[in-house]
Amino acid sequence: MIDRRDLDLNRRRDLEIISALVNPGDRVLDLGCGDGAFLLRLRKERQARVLGIEIDQESVIRCIANGVPVIQGDMDAGLDFAGEDAFDLVVLNHTLQEIRRPDILLENIVRAGKRAAVSVINFGHWNCRLQLCWKGRMPRNAQIPYQWYDTPNIHFSTLSDFRELCRKLDISIVSQTPIASRFPLLTKIAPNLFAVGAVFVLERKSQSPA
Amino acid sequence: MIFAETKVYYAECLIRGRGFSPQHRRSPKIETQQSVFIVEPRDYRLTEPLRLDCGRELADVNIRYETAGTLNADASNAVLITHALSGDAHVCGRHAPEDPKPGWWDNMIGPGKYIDTDKYFVICSNVIGGCSGTTGPRSVDPATGKPYNLNFPVITVRDMVRAQKRLVDHLGIKKLLAVVGGSMGGMQVLQWAVSYPDSLASFIAIATACQFSPQNIAFDWVAREAIKADPDWNNGDYNGDRTPDRGLAAARMLAHITYLSEESLGRKFGRNLQDKQDYDYDFDRDFAVESYLEHQGRRFVERFDADSYFYITRATDYFDLTAETGGDLVKAVSGVEAAGMIVSFSSDWLFPTAQSKRLTDALLRNRKEVTFCEIKSGYGHDAFLLEVETLGRMVRDFLRHQAEVRK
Repeated sequence: MIDRRDLDLNRRRDLEIISALVNPGDRVLDLGCGDGAFLLRLRKERQARVLGIEIDQESVIRCIANGVPVIQGDMDAGLDFAGEDAFDLVVLNHTLQEIRRPDILLENIVRAGKRAAVSVINFGHWNCRLQLCWKGRMPRNAQIPYQWYDTPNIHFSTLSDFRELCRKLDISIVSQTPIASRFPLLTKIAPNLFAVGAVFVLERKSQSPA
Repeated sequence: MIFAETKVYYAECLIRGRGFSPQHRRSPKIETQQSVFIVEPRDYRLTEPLRLDCGRELADVNIRYETAGTLNADASNAVLITHALSGDAHVCGRHAPEDPKPGWWDNMIGPGKYIDTDKYFVICSNVIGGCSGTTGPRSVDPATGKPYNLNFPVITVRDMVRAQKRLVDHLGIKKLLAVVGGSMGGMQVLQWAVSYPDSLASFIAIATACQFSPQNIAFDWVAREAIKADPDWNNGDYNGDRTPDRGLAAARMLAHITYLSEESLGRKFGRNLQDKQDYDYDFDRDFAVESYLEHQGRRFVERFDADSYFYITRATDYFDLTAETGGDLVKAVSGVEAAGMIVSFSSDWLFPTAQSKRLTDALLRNRKEVTFCEIKSGYGHDAFLLEVETLGRMVRDFLRHQAEVRK
């Protein structure tokens, strides 16, 4: 099982990878920014100019308390406010599975951002496969703690599924970093089986590399 | 747009035990526990005439204003509050210890409150065209020695802001920390951000819009028609013996409905009858909601003037930030420099969230620093004065951050 401790570690690892992508003065948009703590960190450590999108009122209020500019809104409503390349980096951290149309959002974020950092949960992890295969039950673990009927996660994918979607949408994968807390060698060889998730860095194909 | 009376009424509801949130229940106690916070009305007479959007000039303009707190040495802690349609300069505190009623936003502003007068120097002035001390249609025209009445020039929200800018200059403030207001006050806030981008570090626009909607204009029209239909109005030329109270009360009752929501009316009054068990089968007041509106109308005519109502509603009708950019809002706000916070309320159908979102999007398209939140509330437009705790936290934290950035 993937336990809580691993999850926290993994999240930290995600954020480190994303943080390293930010150059001083970059404009960063975080979709589903929660209380804005990550953006606050990007502003302090990387001098980024930040903006968060968050749907939950209490989280928005906490963002304001953190001094982080935030727009309350639903990502499914689109990113109309952002022109092409309005941001240097758009971050979507562990949120894609909650979106009604992940494909449309992905197209939007690579339009609004010169680059996008998307961290996804891997539903193809061996533990998920075991739960479905042996128990015949929908997987639950620290990353997916919900029952199937009350989960906000409505679109599960594996790392392979995600790559396939990017290919279909003509989005280029600049880099991908599988996340796992054990079996590092196996994770490298077969990320779709051993990684609990991954951070993908994406760009529009039409865009010439900077 | 909303009156202090509303708050009093809601407070009465609370005392009678109708379901309101705990923070509202607490506020009257706090007032009695604290020593009374005294504020003093002041006047500033403009030395130069005020040039207005309509092309006319207004000479000898007086601005009634109040301040609370202390301006710091580098004049960087000033917060200008802009009031709504029926508001005035008396935004917080009391004029005398025995004063029964505090300023209209007293639960938001004062020592230790969300807009903390121990930290900030708060300024609020009565708008021009008003009837609470600043020059308006019932002031004496220096050219004739008689009240202007309808000879008063038609004013705009930008004219109101022009007058405020003169006052702020007079007080020795080059750059306000923030301009904060709701409803018509929010329009002034936005006009400040567009007209004087270098004169404010931040703004908070609450329950407002970048232009008055056709629906809003329509309500204003009906309100003014109600006043016109009162024979005592006499084309705006009336005196103390006969004032168009019935017309003004009707206008106010209509407007007041627009400040509430179906939900809040239903929850507060339902179909309850007022002091009776059955219908009277006539056209006098039967329902509690009718009694409430009557009460609101009656209270309003005690403190507001019909001609001022004409001028101020007209100013809001004309409000359109995009007027000079051919309807292009993105272009209209392109010069804004201040960091903004825009707040709407979910049940406000007079200034719906979509309008605040539109404004937010336009600022974002210009890559301005902006925060937007829709507060969940059943109170309708009135929520701007009633959701004190939620709104207050946001305002307090936003201001604190803006003050830190400025240091």
